[in-house]
Amino acid sequence: MQASNLLFIIIALAVFGYFSGYGRSLRVAKPLGSISKLHSLPSYYAMQTAIWVALPALLLMAVWLLAADSITHAYIMRGFEQVTATSDYNLTLNRIINVASGALPGAGQSAEIVAAAEQLQQIGATQQWALTVLVLTLCSAGGLWSWQRIKADFRARAAVEGMLQKFLLMSASLAILTTLGIVLSVLFESIRFFSTVPITEFVFGTSWSPQTAIRVDQIGSSGSFGAVPLFTGTLLISAIAMVVAVPVGLMSAIYLAEYASPKFRRSAKPLLEILAGVPTVVYGFFAALTVAPLIRDLGSSFGLDVAAESALAAGSVMGIMIIPFISSLADDVITAVPQSMRDGSLAMGATQSETIRNVVIPAALPGIVGGILLAASRAIGETMIVVMAAGMAANLTANPLDAVTTVTVQIVTLLTGDQEFDSAKTLAAFALGLMLFIVTLGLNFLALRIVKKYREQYD
Amino acid sequence: MANDNERPIPGASVGEQFQDNARMSMRNVNIFYGEKQAIFDVSLDIGQNQVMAMIGPSGCGKSTFLRSLNRMNDTIEGCRVEGQIAMDGQNLYDEKLDVVELRARVGMVFQKPNPFPKSIYDNVAYGPKIHGLAESRVDLDEMVESSLRKASLWNEVKDRLHQPGTGLSGGQQQRLCIARAIAVNPEVILMDEPCSALDPIATAKIEELIEELSENFTIAIVTHSMQQAARVSHRTAYFHLGRLIEVNPTEQVFTMPEHELTEGYITGRFG
Ligand SMILES: Nc1ncnc2c1ncn2[C@@H]1O[C@H](COP(=O)(O)OP(=O)(O)O)[C@@H](O)[C@H]1O
Ligand SMILES: [Mg+2]
Repeated sequence: MQASNLLFIIIALAVFGYFSGYGRSLRVAKPLGSISKLHSLPSYYAMQTAIWVALPALLLMAVWLLAADSITHAYIMRGFEQVTATSDYNLTLNRIINVASGALPGAGQSAEIVAAAEQLQQIGATQQWALTVLVLTLCSAGGLWSWQRIKADFRARAAVEGMLQKFLLMSASLAILTTLGIVLSVLFESIRFFSTVPITEFVFGTSWSPQTAIRVDQIGSSGSFGAVPLFTGTLLISAIAMVVAVPVGLMSAIYLAEYASPKFRRSAKPLLEILAGVPTVVYGFFAALTVAPLIRDLGSSFGLDVAAESALAAGSVMGIMIIPFISSLADDVITAVPQSMRDGSLAMGATQSETIRNVVIPAALPGIVGGILLAASRAIGETMIVVMAAGMAANLTANPLDAVTTVTVQIVTLLTGDQEFDSAKTLAAFALGLMLFIVTLGLNFLALRIVKKYREQYD
Repeated sequence: MANDNERPIPGASVGEQFQDNARMSMRNVNIFYGEKQAIFDVSLDIGQNQVMAMIGPSGCGKSTFLRSLNRMNDTIEGCRVEGQIAMDGQNLYDEKLDVVELRARVGMVFQKPNPFPKSIYDNVAYGPKIHGLAESRVDLDEMVESSLRKASLWNEVKDRLHQPGTGLSGGQQQRLCIARAIAVNPEVILMDEPCSALDPIATAKIEELIEELSENFTIAIVTHSMQQAARVSHRTAYFHLGRLIEVNPTEQVFTMPEHELTEGYITGRFG
């Protein structure tokens, strides 16, 4: 039986287990007079039965699905000892798998491969049977065991709570482990990259042109991997975005929170939040097709030389994109400042704007800083707008009218298209990713420190 | 004493509403929240350097009335004030009147201590700064010190003026708020249940302070504690369901109330 079908059966059995557990707890309660004589509510007994039906079986299935393939493949491949190189090994294995699944005709293949494929088919079929039988046994065993445990004094509530807690813990650790896994894989690939390109050249080099020869016999540059222009480009565009977004976002938040009538606020706030839901690619073509030409025309009418794709175009549109982040968050924290603060200031004879400047904003500052940093990390990680509007040229410049490129854009261009996975060009993407990660991590760390210091001062 | 044609006729208040040395005088004041009327036809004087206590069951409109004395009701949407509230003969609700200036003359202390999230120094310096009262830094330092002294807080905080005001105890915070209010040298101080969030010791300190302040300021204080009214005030006004029932010298109110509702309240039959 296929794994997906098996999953449905497990769920069905769990539902069945739930109801039979419920029924049994009612039957247990009957001679005692009422369900209040049970230690727990019937639903807890039912829940714990259902969990015991499903959980062990699911765990077994997960482990099986993760481990079975690699064990079988190793078993199959033991006949091919002469194949040692990793790529050849994989090639042969794939061929066997494809022949076994019927994707490749067996006719043209060597006898060894056909034999291995047949063996693979057999093992596969046996495995599925074994899995089905095992899972069903486990379901019924778990279900029956917990079903017979249903007694008036059985503490099902505590048992369910305990299991729930473990489940939540598992989810939390899964998230953490995944992140850790990603970081580690990026780290290892980066280390591989730094074995071909020295880390000092990558971090301090000012020239970025990752065009390496794809094949050995090709003529081409050996590529240069100085990441500085990418980081300055990222910085430039993010800075422009923040220059646009912070004042506008903050002021619109102040207006919404302090001046607007409740009715206006109720309709304006969701509208602003819609702005946050616009896909970035839409902003991207808005930047490329509307804003960039506009800026270029404007620039040329002032006699300035503006690139067709400029940092200014990408940055300002990106700024518009992150306005809602800042305004929405800032609006929330400003509204959360207690009315008594405002009253205190107004009662001193301060005007409304003095009150906002001197009391409300300082009190809301930690939250506002948080919002701004969130927006900044959005800006640094943003790709689409920059791809479309800022160009790919890795210029080392601080001029917002030039074309620049960013770290994320380069990662995209390095990894799109046919790539050889262990060329320096591809690995450079991982190194860039690592750097980006370190930078944003540092930024967040710094932000938290600032916010915390501020809090300690004023709470 | 009121003369007869000045006294509002139906549901009239009893007692000595009017004063010769009135600092603030209210005549036929009605206050509305939207359609709902919260204060009905209240006429009352607060005399120079007097401490006027306002008591009454909760919801009877004491805060509403008090807030109308420095136009803090302006910040509440839908709140409307009718009648006359005058200070030194000038109507507070006159269109030409500058609210900023009014609030500098009539300060307010709130129920819950609400120091700004700033240092102790900056809290007290806040008013002088926005009103441009200090010529120099030395001036400002002096104002801060004298206000803190008047609020009996100086000795406790003089070594930590630049630490946050929110780090003080509740009672100290409330005295800081009083210092903040008197830093702009107001003529009248309004206090809305200033001790209701404080413990008895802090309360005693504030009460002592009110007595000292009454030498220089006119004070209107809302309180839910009759003992407090009896201890700190010269005159007491009893409010009931938005009406001023009785106002008399404090001693009289607590010993021989004129009105049966007042008597009922102070003997604890309701409230
Ligand atoms: N902001 C407001 N909006 C509407 N009604 C209010 C508001 N504040 C107070 N009220 C009403 O006005 C009446 C008097 O309230 P308040 O002055 O706070 O009484 P007190 O201070 O004596 O307890 C109450 O009935 C209250 O419900
Ligand atoms: Mg009140």
